Amino acid sequence: MSSIGTGYDLSASQFSPDGRVFQVEYAQKAVDNSSTAIAVKGKDGVVIGVEKLVMSKLHESTSNRRILNIDRHIGMTMAGLLADARQIASTAKEECSSYRSLFGGPIPLKYLTDRVSMFMHAYTLYSVYRPFGCSIILGSYEADGPYLYMVEPSGVSWGYHACAIGKARLAAKTELEKLKPQELTCQELVKEVANILHIVHDEVKDKEFVLEMSWVGEVTGGKHEFVPEEMVADAERQVKAAMEESSGSEDEEDL
Amino acid sequence: MAAFAVQGVSHQPDWLSAEHSTGTSIMAVEFDGGVVIGADSRTTTGAYIANRVTDKLTPITNQIFCCRSGSAADTQAIADIVKYYLDIHQTELDQKARVKTAASVFREFCYNYRDSLVAGIIVAGWDKYEGGQVYSVPLSGMCVRQPFAIGGSGSTYIYGYCDSQFKYGMSRDECMSFVKHSLALAMSRDGSSGGLIRLAVIEESGVERVVIPGNELPRFFED
Repeated sequence: MSSIGTGYDLSASQFSPDGRVFQVEYAQKAVDNSSTAIAVKGKDGVVIGVEKLVMSKLHESTSNRRILNIDRHIGMTMAGLLADARQIASTAKEECSSYRSLFGGPIPLKYLTDRVSMFMHAYTLYSVYRPFGCSIILGSYEADGPYLYMVEPSGVSWGYHACAIGKARLAAKTELEKLKPQELTCQELVKEVANILHIVHDEVKDKEFVLEMSWVGEVTGGKHEFVPEEMVADAERQVKAAMEESSGSEDEEDL
Repeated sequence: MAAFAVQGVSHQPDWLSAEHSTGTSIMAVEFDGGVVIGADSRTTTGAYIANRVTDKLTPITNQIFCCRSGSAADTQAIADIVKYYLDIHQTELDQKARVKTAASVFREFCYNYRDSLVAGIIVAGWDKYEGGQVYSVPLSGMCVRQPFAIGGSGSTYIYGYCDSQFKYGMSRDECMSFVKHSLALAMSRDGSSGGLIRLAVIEESGVERVVIPGNELPRFFED
């Protein structure tokens, strides 16, 4: 469904005759071309997983993180123009900091998401700016449970049980819909997320990838951290073993 | 105009120009399930009692109150501003504010403007996360949670009494009695405190306010 908005797509301050702001839609395309990121909210926490494509063997894999800490209890990942996303992360961190300073406690994710949404939306109103070319996933664990939100380039945000962004989001969503995340613990979700990212990774078009995962929940005492390397490696081993077992039945149907 | 000459210089009584002060006795105590707060009812301008039935227990939200001591103007202004901030905060979060949050906002103002303010405030209330809580925000602008807190000019006379009478795990009624007796003693010794005792009990179910008129105050040694 690609359409060219000839003449009405030159700036974010223009509507098309059928009521679309093309600049915002083009920003969404930037997100859709990026590598996949998913997040799932379980019963006692949130797990975030990112398919980090290896662009060059010379890259050090632990630098250039796709998952960031916004506050002690909030983790963020993104898809799209990563530099845009880091700007948003910087603003979000300031928001968390000023909230803590005035109200003496950690910012509720719902409130932070509203602020991030308003910030991203502001850049869709003027011709001097372009919209942010990234979608942001935010997850946290608070006194009354885990929270998961996703903000799109348009500034729209929703709360999710599970969400996926990036090139394989449709396949990932199909897999995620098979889960019942409210019944799963973080440890179980780590395995599921690793599994899904391996399933949806396109072996043909993309080179190898590194799995970056983080979690925040009961298991981490409410602190957002990277999932321990051994756990990720373990989950990946299990996934690969299961894939090899069923590789015999991977004959695709003929079109 | 009330004035007389002293050594050829016109002298006016100080209450014509002195600032309103809630030279005061205020107190708050935590119990399991809520807090009991209390205050006297005297506002002075110098030696004149400008208001003998003052209400120094000011609601900030439905379940968070503050006890005000120091300058009446300063504390009223601060309480109004904090109430405004918390009202917006509650609306944006779609949740009742925590007592800790209210205390933190008080602290932000009382600390950042400490050179211009004379405000000794006790913040007390109930929230579902930590139950009944009392936070003391004195002149300097610090903020600390305490099982019970006393404040105002009259409090200096009852430190010993309160330290000796306080026990952990007091019931609602024991706390009310503790506050009533402590404030009565403070009011009887402090010239800037007096009138009647206003009490309020803040729990999950809401706020109950009690007035103890001056002639029904507990009486101690009077010879």
